[in-house]
Amino acid sequence: MKPDQGMSLIVKTVTCWINSFIFLFGIYVMLFGHITPGGGFPGGVIIACSFILITLAAGKEFALKLFSLDDASVVDSFSIFLFLFIGFLGLILGNYFLQNFMAAGEPFRLPSAGTIVLNNVAIGLKVGAAIFAMFMYLSLFRLDEGEETE
Amino acid sequence: MIYGLCLILFLVGFYGIVVKRNLIKIIMGLIIMEYAVHLFIVLVSYQRGGIVPILQEGQSISEFVQLAVDPLPQVLVLTAIIINFGITALVVAIAIRLYEKYGTFDINEIRRLRG
Amino acid sequence: MTNLPVLFVALPLAMGFLYILLLKQRPYVAEIVSVAVTLVLLLLALSLAGAGTFQDGYLVTSFNLPVGGWDIPLGINIFLDGLTVFMLIVVNLVSFAVILYSVNYLQRYTSRTYFYSLILFMLAGMNGMLITGDLFNLFVFLELASVSSYILVSFGVEAEELEAAFKYLVMGAIASALILLAVILVYLVTGTLNMAYAAQFIQEQGMNRALYFAFALFMMGFSLKAALIPFHAWLPDAHPSAPAPISAMLSGVVIKVLGVYAMLRVGFNVFDLGADPVFLNLLLVIGGISMIIGVLLALYQWDIKRLFAYHSISQMGYVIMAVGLGTSLGIAAGLFHLFNHAIFKSLLFLNSGAIEAATGTRSLKKMGGLAKLMPVTGVTSMVGSLSISGVPPFNGFWSKVLIIFAAVLAGRPVYALLAVIGSILTLASFMKVQRYAFWGKSHLSEKKQNSNLEAPLFMKVSMLFLAIFCIFLSFLIVPVLREMILTPAGEDLIRGASGYLARVGIL
Repeated sequence: MKPDQGMSLIVKTVTCWINSFIFLFGIYVMLFGHITPGGGFPGGVIIACSFILITLAAGKEFALKLFSLDDASVVDSFSIFLFLFIGFLGLILGNYFLQNFMAAGEPFRLPSAGTIVLNNVAIGLKVGAAIFAMFMYLSLFRLDEGEETE
Repeated sequence: MIYGLCLILFLVGFYGIVVKRNLIKIIMGLIIMEYAVHLFIVLVSYQRGGIVPILQEGQSISEFVQLAVDPLPQVLVLTAIIINFGITALVVAIAIRLYEKYGTFDINEIRRLRG
Repeated sequence: MTNLPVLFVALPLAMGFLYILLLKQRPYVAEIVSVAVTLVLLLLALSLAGAGTFQDGYLVTSFNLPVGGWDIPLGINIFLDGLTVFMLIVVNLVSFAVILYSVNYLQRYTSRTYFYSLILFMLAGMNGMLITGDLFNLFVFLELASVSSYILVSFGVEAEELEAAFKYLVMGAIASALILLAVILVYLVTGTLNMAYAAQFIQEQGMNRALYFAFALFMMGFSLKAALIPFHAWLPDAHPSAPAPISAMLSGVVIKVLGVYAMLRVGFNVFDLGADPVFLNLLLVIGGISMIIGVLLALYQWDIKRLFAYHSISQMGYVIMAVGLGTSLGIAAGLFHLFNHAIFKSLLFLNSGAIEAATGTRSLKKMGGLAKLMPVTGVTSMVGSLSISGVPPFNGFWSKVLIIFAAVLAGRPVYALLAVIGSILTLASFMKVQRYAFWGKSHLSEKKQNSNLEAPLFMKVSMLFLAIFCIFLSFLIVPVLREMILTPAGEDLIRGASGYLARVGIL
């Protein structure tokens, strides 16, 4: 972090401290969406928020060095393929598109809902990348036509 | 009763869209209107004394089925919020671009197309 | 085989994201893949039309696929019947022609990859609306198609386009809010979002006040999307401002799928109002007014694309009016006209795009003498104009004649008269287009008059393709073809909720 960018040293230090926890919390919400309140979308939003916090504290350049818009676009599109891949895997291993082909597992544990965890991860990545990209595009005042979410 | 309040909120948003002459205020009207619909969706699943529709460890199934509120509207409202989030981002982007072109947010001056 | 309809949504969606992922710098690959995708989907739609069985003298398609293995009413089902297959053919046929056309037309725009992504998202949204059997899913796909179309209208990011897109977006968002409210009201009353189970509930319990309110909201929302006359204000701005292929898509299929198809499906199959005189009279009045006022507004336009856009309102009025007659013949005629309008209106918009690309203007006053300079565009636009005005032997003639017959047979001669008047006025305004754009004295500069103005290869191919369909579709009233495509669609509407339930198989 260059000293002349972003906000004051206090903000930057606090951001350093709490940001990893925010990120971790986002991953938790994303992974445990099937047994607690949450899921792919809230988890993705929290992850995007941690990046937005970095942007606010340390400036755009630093945030874009960390996770550029091209990266966001790649993650955004790739996660859709992940989702469709899971869907078609259900078609191949089961009978229907998006069929839950994995074993149900025991209740209240992480592997307890078959493919829903994987779907949540795909959606979370997609939403996180898309919201970060939207925030950056709107704040950079240099818009493109790729404002598509979900 | 309480549904009527949603309708009033909806009409407030609609008023904002129809009457206001500023792009940002129109967008706010749009957002209020959509929030009214979301509020209505959540209210559909309201039930006095209801509990969260997530099964906790050690909870009896029959009690859960009896008390839990309908989870479907909550899923629907999440989807609706996501969609409206996308629309709002898009409309803000368009408004910024319009400001870039016309130098104003006043729709009386943004009138290059005939009615 | 049973899972094939999933491709209607999954394939365009996957390809759209593939372009963003891999092909940002290589739009020509995106062009080839897009044309291939739409061709595959068109063939798939045609093969679905052939997969049905003959019953009662027409082809019955009924195809119920639970997504993810969850049966209705727990899960979402994909449901295809005659109407769905008919609309799938219309949508994918027009999209194929439009994407073929875009290959050349889009050369002057930047970020072409995004264009193909968005047009495929729009296609995915429309196909999804057609194949779904769930009300909320219908809303989600409607939003997918609408959001893509908002972005595509503003694709040129010029002042006018942004203004039109803003107007379109605000109107579209109001319509979406109304539709969402209606969906939730149906859920509140019937306790299900599945169309078939909602229809069953309504059939057993009858309509109550909340359901009538929900239906009114549905009608308002879908009329806004279809731009019928009290709600038409956005269309004459949004459709001309978009790039020509998008105008063709919007006028050709988007207003039909988002507005008319959804309205008919909900009105006839879910709410079972196919015999309800209030509903039918409402359709008749809205249709009649749209038909006349749309064409009257079109008469004094000098902007060629704006003129075509007003005609879209008028022609959608024909469709709605014919369906509002409520007779078997009327509905079949209306759907036939819907198909025809999709073809000739896309053709006309593609022509206007070719003219705009060649002359750099959309004003009729600045054109003239283009028939000699652009022979293919001239001939195809002549075919399109004659079709839309209802001149034999083109397809528009047959559908309009059928509509007028149906109106007379249903005991509504006033509407038959209105249809005739509308048709004459349409002819008059297209005489004007032909006279000022293609014949008469040229107002172009000397340099342009001597240069080669004819459209490039793929644009020509696409326009000829649609022009051939303008003639070929007349054969849709020949018995065998009619019973394969037209009659099933009409029958599925007129049989109402009980027919729908029988098709889904939950009676």
